[in-house]
Formats: sequence, structure tokens, C-alpha cells
Amino acid sequence: MAERGTQGMRPFVAKWALVAVPYLWSLMFFLAPFLIILKISLSQTAIAMPPYTPVINTLGEFWSKLTDFSLDNYMFLGEDPLYYSAYLSSLRIALISTVLLLIVGYPIAYGMARAPKSVRNALVMAVILPFWTSFLIRVYAWIGILKPEGLITIALQGLGILGPGEQIHIYNTETAVFIGIVYSYLPFMVLPLYAALEKLDATLLEAAADLGCPPMKSFWVITFPLSLPGVIAGCFLCFIPIVGEFVIPDLLGGSGTLMIGKTLWAEFFNNRDWPVSSAVAVVLLIILVVPIVIFQNQQKKA
Amino acid sequence: MVRQRLLGAAALTIALATGAVAEDKVVNVYNWSDYIDESVLQEFTKETGIKVVYDVFDNQDIVETKMLAGGSGYDVVVITGPFLARQIAAGVYQPLDKSKLPNLSNMWPEVMSRVAQYDPGNQYGIDYMWGTTGIGYNVDKIKAIMPDAPVNSWDMVFKPEIISKFKDCGVQFLDASEELIPAALKYLGKNPDSKDPADMEAAGKLLASVKPYVQKFHSSEYINALANGDICVAVGYSGDILQARNRAKDAKNGVTINYVIPKEGANMWFDIMAIPKDAPNPDAAHAFMNFMMKPEIIAKSTNYVAYANGNLASQKFVDPAILADTSIYPNKDTLANLFSTTPYDAKAQRVLTRVWTSVKTGM
Repeated sequence: MAERGTQGMRPFVAKWALVAVPYLWSLMFFLAPFLIILKISLSQTAIAMPPYTPVINTLGEFWSKLTDFSLDNYMFLGEDPLYYSAYLSSLRIALISTVLLLIVGYPIAYGMARAPKSVRNALVMAVILPFWTSFLIRVYAWIGILKPEGLITIALQGLGILGPGEQIHIYNTETAVFIGIVYSYLPFMVLPLYAALEKLDATLLEAAADLGCPPMKSFWVITFPLSLPGVIAGCFLCFIPIVGEFVIPDLLGGSGTLMIGKTLWAEFFNNRDWPVSSAVAVVLLIILVVPIVIFQNQQKKA
Repeated sequence: MVRQRLLGAAALTIALATGAVAEDKVVNVYNWSDYIDESVLQEFTKETGIKVVYDVFDNQDIVETKMLAGGSGYDVVVITGPFLARQIAAGVYQPLDKSKLPNLSNMWPEVMSRVAQYDPGNQYGIDYMWGTTGIGYNVDKIKAIMPDAPVNSWDMVFKPEIISKFKDCGVQFLDASEELIPAALKYLGKNPDSKDPADMEAAGKLLASVKPYVQKFHSSEYINALANGDICVAVGYSGDILQARNRAKDAKNGVTINYVIPKEGANMWFDIMAIPKDAPNPDAAHAFMNFMMKPEIIAKSTNYVAYANGNLASQKFVDPAILADTSIYPNKDTLANLFSTTPYDAKAQRVLTRVWTSVKTGM
């Protein structure tokens, strides 16, 4: 009996050790940094190194100084329309970008999933290939393509569509931001879609065709609903980071492109206001936690 | 046993690491982009055996954030007056050991005393270069668009009916609130150093009225854009615009660039070398600063970047054309018209940034 007991313990411990790893990971790289940011967001700015006065220095002081925490920085975000406009604008840009990504990514993933098995791996490689070049350099390359004297203008002038003096003005506009985002995030949309579509049982479509279902209808009735987990995974994988995107709007967007990433940057670097920028980050996180929770529930169902 | 062996290995690694540091000495320098004749750095290494790791920025806000966070790893940082003053107050820099800086005797007392408004007693910093913030323009294109353009006045960029004419040709402003707001205040006849929110908002209103004609707010792109003829007008730093002029000349692309200090007055700024408190190699940092105060060395950099330096003894090595150029070394009358700004405290800084954000985004 005793022997049996210890034998039963081992898989139990192993199982817990296995589960503990991701939890420890989250604790160290998500929860701990988040608590530091939360702490800074409740502090006040100061001319010092680092530029804020911490309310607490050790975790032990937490309860004794609970009343010293001030929500001023959060109140401040509510006072100025700049912040909620920036949040809304970020959500709008992320939403439009995600829809565009889905429209562009779905046919690509569908084509890949329907390709002969022998070339599928090569196609997946082709989707991943851009990652071999630095993200920043790829966005810079778009400047060369989009700027008024860039490749698009040269190509259109060469084709005679534009006159010699005419130029395309996309660079420094919101259109350029959308182009940059769709380009950069496409693999994150295509790969989950491909994973879902590849699993699709082709005999279902054959059966539908045999029973007289037109191809368009069988796509909406069979293929799309079955690929839904991939659609949801792809959309959240894109939507969440796009909301906080900073590099693309900064490099490709105009000065009028308002996004929360840029607002946070201004708080942190221009104002050197670490507490307010931390508050901006905490609120952003709260806005994003909602979709993450929905996403996880969906994952469980799937 | 295992533990002992590990300790031994660790000790050996440390010994090796320190040995390596002692062998090749390094100085980590952090300076504005396009701001030095790089051959000067090689000369320094030749003379002292100290390697220079040279890093650049084009935005002082990033520098300040790095410095305030601490542990930047830099030994010499070049920073503009008001930023230096605030960072000294935050305790970022260490006082200079003047016994290690014999070349201080070469410095220009006039510049030293102006720098002292940011660094009382010149305890922490030494001027590297100084200059003004004014207007650069493409001579031929402006002549073609508006033959009687008021090129020597802020009217050029702050009057909507004038700047609008150059919109299609391209106008860029520095992305630096601490430059544009004081310039706008001066143009409005107010104190350019005003920290009054109402004044700053009035300046913001003026800037917002011309924003539709500004293609981009950026602090370094305009150098190439002017030189290539992509834009016609830029509000920028004197030496940067003069570099654009030289690049266009070298490229023989038919672009002629000119820089003017507007007659209403312009910001006179000082870029100052200082040593962070946590600099890993303070001795090398002092050696570097002392080297940069050698008259023929700093003159070489001035000849290259077209900025005036704060070194009086260097003037006999400076290219006579640069020394005679009043847009680089202004004469007495212009000098009287130049203003300087003081640091913004946290509240004023917030207003400044907010006004600047609303200029740029309309929010």
C-alpha cells in the first residue's frame, strides 16, 4: 500500500511542477512588472533619480501606508479629453486594422490550406520569412516606398498614370499607418487561420456539394464556422498589440495620428511624468484585459 | 568540491574581466547626431589609447529619461542648458575635477558666463558648441514662389498667409516644444522664457494656425530633406541647416540653402558636456573633455559641423569663412537680440507638452 502511495505521488508532483512553470513565468514577467507600474502610478513626480517619490519602498509598508496612495493620476486622465480620445482612436485604428487583416489574411490562409501538402510547408515558411529581417527596418522600408518621391510615385509615373510633377501623398497619413500595420501583423493573422483551416475535413465540403449546396453557401455554412477558433485567435493576436502600437504610427503616421502608445510616450519622455504614464498603461491594460478574458473563454469552448 | 570549483571559476572570470577593462580603456560618449568630425575621435584614441564608444540621439527627452533612470553607462553626455540645469538638480551629474582639465584656460569667458545660468559656477559642465534656432530655406524655390518673401523674419513661418504659399513645396518644424514655443512667444512680443500657461497657450494658438502648412515635426529629418530639395523651409538648429547647405553643395544638386536668424530674435542655446555620477570611467571622461578643449581639435569639429564653439583659443584655427559668418558667430547687434530659456518645472512642463500635443494633433 505504502509503495503504491508514493507511486501515486510522483505523477501528482510532476503535474504540479508542470503547471507551476507557466504560473511562475507569469508571476515574474507579468504580475511583478505590473505591480511595479501600479505602484509608480500611485506616486507623485519629483525632480530626482528616478523622477518620482515612491509611496512605499517595501512590500511590508503596504498596509500601513494604504491611505497615502493617491488616485490623482487616474483622476487627471479623466479631466483631459486627450486621453480618452487617444484610447478611442487606438481602439478604432486597431479594429479597422484587424478587419483589414482578416480580409487580407483569410484568402491567403485558405489558399495555403488548400495547396498540395508538398508545398504547404514552403508556404508557411514564406509567411514567416519576413521575421528574419528586423521589424524596424521593414517599417523604414515602407517609408521609402510610400514617401512622395518614393517607389509608388516612381512606379505610377513610369506607367504614365501620374504626370511627371505629380506625387502620391500617403506617407504621414493614417492610410500609411494602416498599410504598415496590416503588413507587419499579417503573419499573426494568417498562421492561426491556417492552423484552423488545415484541420478542416474536406469530405464535409464534398458531401455538401453532392447534396447540391453551391460553393459560396458551403463556405459560409461549413468552412467559416469551423474556422472560427482560428478567426478569433488571429483577431485577438492582432487587435491587442495593435491598440498599444507605437513604432508604426510614429514612423509612418502624421503628427495628427493620435494613438495611446504615442500619448504614453509623450507622458514618459516629454513630461518625464512616470506616475501619469504608468496610470495610462494601467488603464490600457484594463481595457485590454476584457478581450483577453473573452478570448480565453472562447479557447475553452473550442 | 563542486562549489569550490565553481567559486574558483567565478573568481577567474572576474579577474579576466577586470584585466580586460584595465587593458583597453573606453570612454562612452553620448552626443547629438551629426555633431562631430569623427576623425577627432580617432585622434583621441591615438593620443590617449582610450577607445571611444560613440552613441547619438536626436531627442533630448530620451536622454533625460535615460539619465533619470540611472545606470546609463555613459561617461560623457552632451546636453542643452535647461535640460542640464534640471538634471543637475535631480543629481544626475558629478562635479568636474578641474585639476584634470588644464585646457579650461582656452575657454571663452563670455560663453562660460552664459552657461553659468544653467550650471552656477561652471561646476558640472563645459560648453561643447552653441548655436541658434532659426529658419533655413531653399533660396531658388522661395524666390520662384514668392520673390519678396520676408526671409529674415519669423513672418516667414508664423504668418498663415505667407507660410501657406510654401506648403506644397514642403515645410518642416523641429519636434521640440522648448524651441518652437519660445520662438512663437518672441514673435508675439511676449517674454520667450514665459512659464505662464496663458502665454504658452497663446503661442500654441499661433503655432496651430500655421500647422496645416507644416508637413512634419521632426528634429533631424530636415537636414537631408533641405539638402535634397525635398522641402523649402525648415525651422531648425543653425548648424544643422548649414550642414544641409554643405551637403547640397557637395552633392552639386543645384540646391542652395541659406540660414537666417530672424530679426525678431531667436533662441541661443548651449550644448554642454557633463559626466554622469555613475559614469563607469570618470578618468577617461575627464581626459576626453580635456582633449575636446584643445583649440585645434574643437576647431576641427566646428569647421565640420558649422556650429560655433565655446573655445576662444580655437578661433585662430576656425575656417575664416565660418568665423566671419554672422549666422554662426553672430555680431554684437544680433547677439543682443538672442534670448535664452530657463528650465521648466514639472507643472510648466506639463502645460508646455500639452500645448505642443494640441498643436500637433489638434486635440
